[in-house]
Amino acid sequence: MENEAGALSRVAGLFSARGYNIESLSVAPTEDPTLSRMTLVTIGSDEVVEQVTKQLNKLIEVVKIIDLNDGSHIERELMLVKVRAAGPDREEIKRLAEIFRGSIIDVTDKSYTIELTGTSSKLDAFLEAIERSAVLETVRTGASGIGRGEWILKV
Amino acid sequence: MSVELTGAEITIRCLQEEGVQCIFGYPGGAVLFIYDELFKQDKVRHILVRHEQAAIHAADGYARSSNKVGVALVTSGPGVTNAVTGIATAYMDSIPMVIISGQVPTSAIGLDAFQEVDTVGITRPCVKHNFLVKDITELALTIKKAFYIASTGRPGPVLVDIPKDISQQKTKFVYPDKISMRSYNPVTKGHSRQIKKAAELILSAKRPMVYAGGGVILSDAAPQLTELTQMLNFPCTNTLMGLGGYPATDKQSLGMLGMHGTYEANMAMQYCDVLIAVGARFDDRVIGNPKHFFNENRKIIHIDIDPSSISKRVKVDVPIVGDVLDVLKELIKLLKAEKEKPDQTALKEWWKQIELWRERDCLKFDRSSKIIKPQMVIEKLFNVTKGDAFITSDVGQHQMWAAQFYKFDKPRRWINSGGLGTMGFGMPAAMGVQLANPKGKVACITGEASIQMCIQELSTCKQYKLPLKIINLNNRYMGMVRQWQEFFHGNRYAESYMNALPDFVKLAESYGHVGMKIEKPEDVEDALKEAFKLKDQLVFMDFITDQTENVFPMVPGGKGLSEMILV
Repeated sequence: MENEAGALSRVAGLFSARGYNIESLSVAPTEDPTLSRMTLVTIGSDEVVEQVTKQLNKLIEVVKIIDLNDGSHIERELMLVKVRAAGPDREEIKRLAEIFRGSIIDVTDKSYTIELTGTSSKLDAFLEAIERSAVLETVRTGASGIGRGEWILKV
Repeated sequence: MSVELTGAEITIRCLQEEGVQCIFGYPGGAVLFIYDELFKQDKVRHILVRHEQAAIHAADGYARSSNKVGVALVTSGPGVTNAVTGIATAYMDSIPMVIISGQVPTSAIGLDAFQEVDTVGITRPCVKHNFLVKDITELALTIKKAFYIASTGRPGPVLVDIPKDISQQKTKFVYPDKISMRSYNPVTKGHSRQIKKAAELILSAKRPMVYAGGGVILSDAAPQLTELTQMLNFPCTNTLMGLGGYPATDKQSLGMLGMHGTYEANMAMQYCDVLIAVGARFDDRVIGNPKHFFNENRKIIHIDIDPSSISKRVKVDVPIVGDVLDVLKELIKLLKAEKEKPDQTALKEWWKQIELWRERDCLKFDRSSKIIKPQMVIEKLFNVTKGDAFITSDVGQHQMWAAQFYKFDKPRRWINSGGLGTMGFGMPAAMGVQLANPKGKVACITGEASIQMCIQELSTCKQYKLPLKIINLNNRYMGMVRQWQEFFHGNRYAESYMNALPDFVKLAESYGHVGMKIEKPEDVEDALKEAFKLKDQLVFMDFITDQTENVFPMVPGGKGLSEMILV
């Protein structure tokens, strides 16, 4: 979509006005600074998703829209987790982060902040794996998606 | 080296470049520089309304009756909020309009300044697009884009919000000839393979039906729709928005369909085997309950410029995205080249069935009544004007009777708020119609409830000598509300009685217009004739009608199209 003020609110407004769900939404400017790329995750029947797509296409600032489920695709989400890491748990948490291919990006004597990338379900699994009471704070970006192989979204 | 112009000058120059002759508005602090420039020129005429809602409705009526882009100018804050109802009305009916609104200076935006409102935010859900101009160098291009977006594809209102400081700043004025936007490229031509499929389906039809909506009017495709329907000898029904798209006095016309459509139109919709939907959107007031409407033996062709209108409420078999005019032309060409014809014996049988439905005479009413029947007033109006008037309406029973009993043979003659159902639309819209068609006969069919929602415009009509004929069907009730309360709420008429009505005759006279009160059926025709003889006068005709009359047929909300309540 055009990288213009208000474009995001048009998308968000469309979803609320027509009663569609937004599961997650991630957006940032692309290598062409006049364009932004948004990955939006929604849940609905084929008919609803078809309507969502058509309605989004009608927004003047939307340049192109593809349903990543039309082909094979990759999606990743970034999560930052701050966990309590003191005493005997400290080693265990570090090991768990390694198993999930996370990296510890900030350390204090009582806590770790772990950066973790993956599909949403992998991030969920990590949170399941560590003790709930150890989790101090999480922040997630929502999924970003891209087609596999040669399949590209060309404007 | 061109001279530099202020934002206000540029705004007016852009309107001139677009060939805008008439705009509707109301001044205020944030648009004073623009009004100052309007004052200094005479190419763009400004019509001063009495409330911003009326400015938008008037621009809307102007657009609907002329196929030009309607233009309105309002100030910030309450100017815009008053305009919102009008903008939403135009949006629901896909009317091409450009609304220019003033905004507080850019330095004051977000600071809760006097008469500040988030105009772009408030109007976002009811415009095709909107802009806030933050840079004077983008002003001309933005206005160009606004006209382009408003008038192409599925038309709609576009708003341009101009902060006061932008209207003061200066820059060189260049108005682009052409415009291209990578994110907006509306389709016009239909897909040829789909059109071919449609032609094949049409030729295979045994019980065909043409269902035509407002898209036919908006794309000026009435002649093509008529040609197609007549070359095939198919029955045709029009939606409320599509009236005039096919001549209503022709024998192939089944009249309007839908909640208050004719028995024959609704039955034919339900039982046809090939349905050709043209510029229509299968909305709830048209097909009722989509589950009940579903018929596995019926194939549907759907022509529409907006892909999101296709398969939204009803799944279709042959979707064609494109301008109705282009697609119909292609379709006619294909069918003309075809040697084959639809099964004529089957078609004859189908017409026989339709005639049986027609014999039900679903629009009958008591013609010997001693009290004025509203239907009779419309019939007489049709006769007196020889079917040649521009008719605007408000919303309610009178609107439905107007749609049922005034036989529109031409497009752009029937101007009403179909989608949003805005009471108060009729008179201001009629002002716009009259200004776009100075020689045309313009009548506003209204009720005593609706008319009071924009009654202040009698003053505007006085100022500009607009000789509207106001047909007030006065039943002392919000008739349609009363009807629903009678049918579905146990005759409990909660707040639907119009008490303490003004003396409309005196009210009209106080504005310098002519007022008439008509209480007897035998006086209706003469009164109408007399009113239309007063060519230069607005005549407010207060018809005292039967309080208990209901609109029939009626498909109750949520019911199927063939489950009509009949008189």
